[in-house]
Amino acid sequence: MSDKKLTLKKRLHIIKHHFRGKKMAPAFNAFHTFLFTPDETTHSGSHVRAADDLKRTMNTVIMALVPVLLFSMFNAGYQHYSAVNGFPENFSVIEHFLTWDNFWIGIIKVLPLVAVSYIVGLTVEFIFAVIKGHEVEEGYLVTGMLVPLIVPIDTPLWMLAVAVVFGVVIGKEVFGGTGMNILNPALTIRAFLFFAYPTWMSGDKVWVYEAVERAGGPDAISGETILGYLAQNKAAEMSYSVSDMFWGFIPGSVGETPTFLILLGGLFLIFSKIASWRIMLSAVIGSLVMGLIFNGVVDAGWIGETSKFYGLMSFDFWKHLIVGGLAFGIVYMATDPVTGAQTNRGKWFYGFFIGFISVLIRVFNPAYPEGVFLAILLMNVFAPTIDHYVVRGNVNRRMKRLKNATILPEDSEGKEKELQVETA
Amino acid sequence: MSKDIRIKKGLNINLVGAAEQSTSKAVLSNVYAINLDDFHGITPKMLVKQGAEVKAGEPLFFNKNRENMLFVSPVSGELVEINRGARRRILSLKILADKEQSQLAHTPLQVETASKEELKAYMLKGGVWPFIKQRPYDIVANPDATPKAIFVSAYASAPLAANYEYVLQGKEAELQAAITALGKFTPGKVHVSVGAQSNSPLSGVNGVELHKVSGPHPSGLVGTQINKIDPINKGETVWTVTPQDLVIIGELLLTGKFNAERVIALAGSCVKAPKYYTTKIGAEISTFLYSSGVTNENFRVINGDVLTGRKSRPDGHLGFYNNTVSVIPEGDDYDLFGWNKPIFNKISATRALTFSWMQPNKKYDLDTNTNGEHRAFVVTGMYEKVFPMDIYPLQLLKACMVQDLDEMEQLGLYEVAPEDFSLTEFVCVSKQPHQQIIREGLDLLHKEIG
Repeated sequence: MSDKKLTLKKRLHIIKHHFRGKKMAPAFNAFHTFLFTPDETTHSGSHVRAADDLKRTMNTVIMALVPVLLFSMFNAGYQHYSAVNGFPENFSVIEHFLTWDNFWIGIIKVLPLVAVSYIVGLTVEFIFAVIKGHEVEEGYLVTGMLVPLIVPIDTPLWMLAVAVVFGVVIGKEVFGGTGMNILNPALTIRAFLFFAYPTWMSGDKVWVYEAVERAGGPDAISGETILGYLAQNKAAEMSYSVSDMFWGFIPGSVGETPTFLILLGGLFLIFSKIASWRIMLSAVIGSLVMGLIFNGVVDAGWIGETSKFYGLMSFDFWKHLIVGGLAFGIVYMATDPVTGAQTNRGKWFYGFFIGFISVLIRVFNPAYPEGVFLAILLMNVFAPTIDHYVVRGNVNRRMKRLKNATILPEDSEGKEKELQVETA
Repeated sequence: MSKDIRIKKGLNINLVGAAEQSTSKAVLSNVYAINLDDFHGITPKMLVKQGAEVKAGEPLFFNKNRENMLFVSPVSGELVEINRGARRRILSLKILADKEQSQLAHTPLQVETASKEELKAYMLKGGVWPFIKQRPYDIVANPDATPKAIFVSAYASAPLAANYEYVLQGKEAELQAAITALGKFTPGKVHVSVGAQSNSPLSGVNGVELHKVSGPHPSGLVGTQINKIDPINKGETVWTVTPQDLVIIGELLLTGKFNAERVIALAGSCVKAPKYYTTKIGAEISTFLYSSGVTNENFRVINGDVLTGRKSRPDGHLGFYNNTVSVIPEGDDYDLFGWNKPIFNKISATRALTFSWMQPNKKYDLDTNTNGEHRAFVVTGMYEKVFPMDIYPLQLLKACMVQDLDEMEQLGLYEVAPEDFSLTEFVCVSKQPHQQIIREGLDLLHKEIG
């Protein structure tokens, strides 16, 4: 057969053998396995295997994120033009939201964030894979998509690049790569940005494209988030309706706003059995409980309107779910199987406290009225402890069973024989 | 009082090529082989030299650590080959069968009146002791231990496995003899499990506690049943025997002869006419494989079922414990965008663009492709859905991997055998070798503690 007749499949197969055992093999294999599921067959144990692999699992999460990404591209433009020209009256989704002008802002602002996140993150992954001689793992495919969606739109690209390098190296690779990390890498990146460049990550200017550049000038625009208004007890100045919050036509981190699409994504992940419904449900319950407690405190009159916590405490408890990053965090970040609780019972506690602490931090954090990423990182740290106690429960059950059991002695004759052998 | 076992967690793997219920006599094999891999943890010491003539039922070797445990020849003939590996470890023995078979006959034993010691000596001498396996450690039973109970699963839920109801037909007498004998070894019960709608010959046997089992695989695995009926505690031993081995034990007790004959299922999508064959332990697989015919050039022969069997070849030999030979296509081919395209022709425990959940009764033609690369453990909660025991599978696997003996013990390693992890291995998205991890864990625990 001449070379020309070789199919792509066969050529790649030949190249794969050429790379075998060489330093660059993981890099080639990463591209190869992206195109083709390998020709690997089972060697031990079960001779047949289920259809799913880690790539498919990660890909499912990415599919659940795509609608959110598309929405966020339109919203980037919509928030910008609304801040400049004022919010349109008689808002219509087709006329005012799904326009080319809006989408163009998304292309020039959101897509570069996605590109930088993927290029920088995957480069680090490839370098580590080649140095350490393991295959390039799929974890970053999801992380790379999450990162641009949880940062403010005007985040400088160099800043994002630095944070991604930090997050992938310190958050993941030093522990041994995907599956070994303790903290969610995407949130590690977000936390790095927040603590390293706080002025770029909070305030009322960073959430809308160009707001920072125009600040102080005659054409200055504001892009205060709902939580920002509430934290300053300025709820009256806010013009967003509940439906705006639910559909996501509000300022915020790039992809955190469309609660509806996040809900759909969450349902898709639950239906496809990729993400844990236990974590999602219990986190929702946790946040509602905390919200109700705060509402109760206000109703009881313990907190007056002059208190600086009044705005957020009096915010209807269920609305916490449709503003800020809570929904996004619950669906896409808390459910990370590696950093979350790993036992089914543990997942209930883990999720509950994420919701509970998120709202708690939201209300009491004076500098930055959002606590979801901190709550999830905190619970990432506690997840192994939760699992430990759940597993101990199982162990104790086994110990109890053992206590009640009568252990039969070995056959006396055999025992004697063994003793004889030992003494001899 | 019988306790019925209903399992909800699990997964039925329906494959194409189940054996049709008709039995042919397989062509007589010229060469029979005993594969030492079948006896995990046994160090053999030869009793006969290469070139020696043996009768069927005559001992070939014994267990070095327990000299009275004999392993016998399935046929009469000449020991033509002792195949050794590294450090002269014996890998397999080959016997060229005589045209005229001769049989070593012991005096039959009166099972009803025989004492436990008599039975033990008789079974060890007769070569049927290795059919009894023990937990913990999933090895050939220690004859000196007193098992707290003995378990027999006569319900095969594994994919393409031989139907016990069918292969045990007419073996009531042998089964009864073996059960009566085994009952004398334990102060506890002999638990026998049959399918819920089953009409198994074992349901009529006396001296057992009968359990009706229903639910998806792994409901038929004896480990699942032990866990539901009477779980093993540290320091306890239980014995397990498969029904087809009970038949051989029973026949030895009744007639004094070791009869290696067994009805096996030849199944799998690569077999033209999947059906049952009467053959003997150690027979060459090709003696029945090519009578049924194969549909494909590139196939894998598996000694056992597709989840727990051992890889073999057409010129390989039927294993000591197997009553199923599966033949499925090799999956050594690439699949373009196999990781993201919708999948209709493979089984999956998720719904991530995989559609096997829509047709739970469809029969699939699975090959041996891993469908992805080996990764660290990532996804959680998947194993629990197919693992019905009161054990945390992921945590136990990790304890075995880091060789934490205390954790292994506390998390229940004494209760499991590698086969109990065959389904978690099947659904694992990280393609981790669960059964191997558990096997190595058991060996380590046995070495350090047992």
